[in-house]
Amino acid sequence: MARKIGGVIVDLQNISLRFGGVKALTDISFDVKEHEIRSIIGPNGAGKSSMLNVINGVYHPQEGQIFFKGALRKKLEPHEAAEQGIARTFQNIALFKGMTVLDNIMTGRNLKMKCNFLQHALYWGAAQKEEIAHRIKVEEVIEFLEIQSIRKTPVGRLPYGLQKRVELARALAAEPHILLLDEPMAGMNVEEKQDMCRFILDVNDHYGTTIVLIEHDMGVVMDISDRVVVLDYGKKIGDGEPEEVKNNPEVIKAYLGTSH
Amino acid sequence: MLYREAGQFKASYAEDAQIFPIRQDRIGFWLLMLVFGVAVPFLASEYWLKAILIPVLIFSLAALGLNILTGYAGQLSLGSAAFMAVGAFAAYNFILRIEGMPFLVALVLAGLTAAAVGILFGLPSLRIKGFYLAVATLAAQFFIVWALVKFPWFSNNSSSGVVTAQDVTILGYTFATPEAKYVLTFLIVAFMALLAKNMVRSSTGRAWMAVRDMDVAAQVIGFRLMRTKLLAFAVSSFYCGVAGALYAYTYIGTVEPEGFNLDLSFKILFMIIIGGVGSIMGSFLGAAFIVLLPIFLDNFVPMIFGDSLGAGFVSNFQLIIFGGLIIFFLIVEPHGLARLWQIAKEKLRLWPFPH
Ligand SMILES: Nc1ncnc2c1ncn2[C@@H]1O[C@H](COP(=O)(O)OP(=O)(O)OP(=O)(O)O)[C@@H](O)[C@H]1O
Ligand SMILES: [Mg+2]
Repeated sequence: MARKIGGVIVDLQNISLRFGGVKALTDISFDVKEHEIRSIIGPNGAGKSSMLNVINGVYHPQEGQIFFKGALRKKLEPHEAAEQGIARTFQNIALFKGMTVLDNIMTGRNLKMKCNFLQHALYWGAAQKEEIAHRIKVEEVIEFLEIQSIRKTPVGRLPYGLQKRVELARALAAEPHILLLDEPMAGMNVEEKQDMCRFILDVNDHYGTTIVLIEHDMGVVMDISDRVVVLDYGKKIGDGEPEEVKNNPEVIKAYLGTSH
Repeated sequence: MLYREAGQFKASYAEDAQIFPIRQDRIGFWLLMLVFGVAVPFLASEYWLKAILIPVLIFSLAALGLNILTGYAGQLSLGSAAFMAVGAFAAYNFILRIEGMPFLVALVLAGLTAAAVGILFGLPSLRIKGFYLAVATLAAQFFIVWALVKFPWFSNNSSSGVVTAQDVTILGYTFATPEAKYVLTFLIVAFMALLAKNMVRSSTGRAWMAVRDMDVAAQVIGFRLMRTKLLAFAVSSFYCGVAGALYAYTYIGTVEPEGFNLDLSFKILFMIIIGGVGSIMGSFLGAAFIVLLPIFLDNFVPMIFGDSLGAGFVSNFQLIIFGGLIIFFLIVEPHGLARLWQIAKEKLRLWPFPH
């Protein structure tokens, strides 16, 4: 691979997260380096999604520290994480159901749009210019993900696989530095999975986007990840390059111990 | 001319992003504007202007206001009439108390006053949703009407809060005739509808819809929940406020706080349910429908069943029809008449081929 992996961009130290009595994450530390594809794997309920939610400020851990680009990050809200260049997709598709594909993807550019609601109301002039400039960017994403034919379709009418793709498009439209993907291939057939893999690799390759990926398909994970972290019952049980992780006895035990 | 878009290629994103991308729609729209803006004031009788067209326009504006909040931003409100009251009484007081206050400025100030009150009563929306928020807006409804009656200052110490709207004068011209009042109302409503359409088709509207459809995802891509929701409350209340002021100044003439009661709030809610939740055009269709239906029934029920049934039956019959329609639209077509119109157009586009 041509791209060069950079320094640590997100550093999570001793993160613990509880929901009442449920310990979703216990004392987890790992880092994400710039430009890499970092996967998080683990059995159901291991705390993978919670981990992503911690990274982009949806959940606030009770303990632990997060360093972002070298600086200690204070408690932040999801929209602030977005402002810092973190975008994501969700395990259960979180598209805006009442809007078209195009509008959904346009929302991804909201932070880059500067006009206020009064300018929008008048539309003419600055607001129109801005709208069109961003539409051009969005069309690039649409072309990249090969969804031209559905741009005016309400997302609710799309099949599952395409919805996942639109959600990725919305995240990409933000031109993020870090992209968090929560099971982007769940429920897809082999062909759709291949497409999705290709898109993820292309994004990483062309734009140098750092990717944190949750995925259950071990074949995919081992193929495309630079490094993998393994969670089980909210604890970290493995971390390293795919080969290392694959041969880690604790990981093998966790996976054999569950119904996978 | 057939209703087709064949041969109409969009050469630019600006063309693609037009309000009416299909030429036939554009022509239809301008014809409609000509009919209602130019022909109607000449042709319509005084009864039609005063009892039907002006109220339809004003209720359309109020429904549009509610639609912004409920249809686009997803925040249920039962306080629309109260915000209309704020607008009506604010306009009255601005004109009464400030020497030489121009009517249009008073109208904007009335809208802004309603917007400020709207923001205040929108604050609970940051914590609560759906049913509970509706109850909070219900509190706004009762509180505002109560306050307007309780403090005689608002109605210049008139008994039971009744106020009579002053003359509507713009640049020395007094809008006294029904025709003049209609044209003024028409221009204001059309202009504000255009502004609303522009808002909902740009980033402001996408923020509202994003918050409506999935608030966590909206935040994660960078929308600020508080700002987005409060803006929706402000803009929505502004629209209701202006509608309320017009209600007093170009429609009824004499208003009292009790006139802006919960019944009216529900009526506006029914307008958007029947017309189309989340549709600008639906606000107009719904308002027209709800203003026209009773008139239609008043005239036609006796015609069909004879006079023997009595007025009591007719008004009950109205309620039954209303109830039935609300249930029909809620269950069968939550996007209302506007959606039915859209489906009809889609069919027409393909006609005469079935697919
Ligand atoms: N908002 C929440 N409130 C309460 N408990 C939660 C919440 N979110 C997650 N949990 C709990 O935290 C634990 C970890 O959940 P999480 O969704 O992170 O797992 P996961 O690894 O993503 O699982 P899956 O593979 O099923 O997606 C689970 O026990 C879950 O029930
Ligand atoms: Mg998960």
